[in-house]
Amino acid sequence: MSTSPQPTSVAVPVASHATIDMAGLKEKVTLRNLDFFYGEARALKSINLSLYANKATAFIGPSGCGKSTLLRILNRMYDLYPGQRATGEVLFDGDNLLAPGVDINLLRARIGMVFQKPTPFPMTIYENIAFGIRLYDKLPRSEVDGRVEHALRRAALWEEVKDKLATSGLGLSGGQQQRLCIARTVAVKPEVILFDEPCSALDPISTSKIEELIDELKQDYTIVIVTHNMQQAARVSDFTTFMYLGEMIEFGQTATLFTTPKDKRTQAYITGRFG
Amino acid sequence: MFSRRAQRTVTNAIFVFACAAATVVALAALGLIMASLLHQGLAGLNADVFTRSTPAPGSQGGLLNAIVGSLMMCALAMAMAVAVGLLAGTWLAEFGGDTPYGHVVRFLNDVLLSAPSILVGLFVYELIVRPLHGFSGFAGAVALALIAAPIVTRTTEDILRLQPNALREAGAALGAARSITIRKIIWRGAGAGLLTGGLLAFARISGETAPLLFTALNNQFFSLDMNAPMPSLPVVIFQFALSPYEEWQKLAWTGALLITVTVLALSILARSLTARKS
Repeated sequence: MSTSPQPTSVAVPVASHATIDMAGLKEKVTLRNLDFFYGEARALKSINLSLYANKATAFIGPSGCGKSTLLRILNRMYDLYPGQRATGEVLFDGDNLLAPGVDINLLRARIGMVFQKPTPFPMTIYENIAFGIRLYDKLPRSEVDGRVEHALRRAALWEEVKDKLATSGLGLSGGQQQRLCIARTVAVKPEVILFDEPCSALDPISTSKIEELIDELKQDYTIVIVTHNMQQAARVSDFTTFMYLGEMIEFGQTATLFTTPKDKRTQAYITGRFG
Repeated sequence: MFSRRAQRTVTNAIFVFACAAATVVALAALGLIMASLLHQGLAGLNADVFTRSTPAPGSQGGLLNAIVGSLMMCALAMAMAVAVGLLAGTWLAEFGGDTPYGHVVRFLNDVLLSAPSILVGLFVYELIVRPLHGFSGFAGAVALALIAAPIVTRTTEDILRLQPNALREAGAALGAARSITIRKIIWRGAGAGLLTGGLLAFARISGETAPLLFTALNNQFFSLDMNAPMPSLPVVIFQFALSPYEEWQKLAWTGALLITVTVLALSILARSLTARKS
């Protein structure tokens, strides 16, 4: 853990049965006093949070609590829409990504995102992956081929599509489309991958495949996942953040938060009393 | 209870009959037009139509110069209309459509969309023909472009707005600049719809007569010179149909048949493209 003197940084509860050794962790993204506004409405209130490298952090909470909003700040997706703004700091490897002058496109290449609904582009499976690769690297065809194959293997999709790379990505099943989107994100070689309820449109088998995948991707990437599904958060994440009405109520190691929550609201939510 | 039900049945029957009758009237009109066109036009349809130019009164000839002139002017007009309309429609859908300026642009585009085509012809006459002291194929193409551009603009905006926002976000999430996302993803997804808009605009201008009367005028001879008066099918039909010469009238029918078949084919093609997409 970084030795930041900031008193605002949230202390991680080190419970006796904590499974993760906090000493070896590196803060990849640090949020400080983050507020977010839709026009005049304040949707997030003073969020302080650390996301650790090569770990998966889940955002949970009832609908409308601001977890997707928080996720969409991390790659500045909100910038697409006028009237939305964030104040505070989001430090990405130490640099504030909310600062003016940040190259947003480059930022989004470093912090990738997978959406709730699979969003394959209206082009071939191959082109879906190659699109992102070609944005930043001018490579000969053979190297692009290699990167496409690597990305598809990484997303556990290669065996299913290797014989039909030239067919439309829209022809795949929902679960395959979502893995195509993950492959597309991985192909750009990001450092962080944001998942916005990646399984909510998928069947159980596809869901478990994606969850396995997320678990594997942790080795190379920092993962952030928004989910409605508490079991999913418990299965795939190392850390969990519980949010409620735009506030971060509790943050901790997943094992701790789900077994011995400190806040009554967290306990009420994870035991299914609301949300 | 019973009487009410009977009343409803009767009302229903009356309305179904009225709807059916209206459909029959509309289709019958179309059928009659097609029948007379086929009857009169097919008689004159032979190889000469496509290989010889419009004849002098009393001699034999074809419509080659008019067909080529129409194609050239329509092609140039479409090039101009697509360049302007695609960009304007994209701007309205992706960038400034919700700004006050965007509303003004959309309103003016709608006005232009329904402007009488003869006014467009007069406008281009004042704008190009008079200052340059001469009718020309180029002026004709500009007049046709002014009619096609608002159609392309409108369809482009409508089609692009149908593209899911998720695609825009997905493109941005990979680090693609907005212009790349629009050109490589959104336009591509909208490809069939954009093509349909273009085809419909082309079908619309290929039959326009009024804007060409003041601009391209006509030319009895074969000409590829866009700076000189240029013949076109609609104007030749207009002139020949009103003439007292039987050969000319026959050619006018054939020309009308050619235009109708072309427009019909384009419309069917546009329909099938949209249908396959959905």
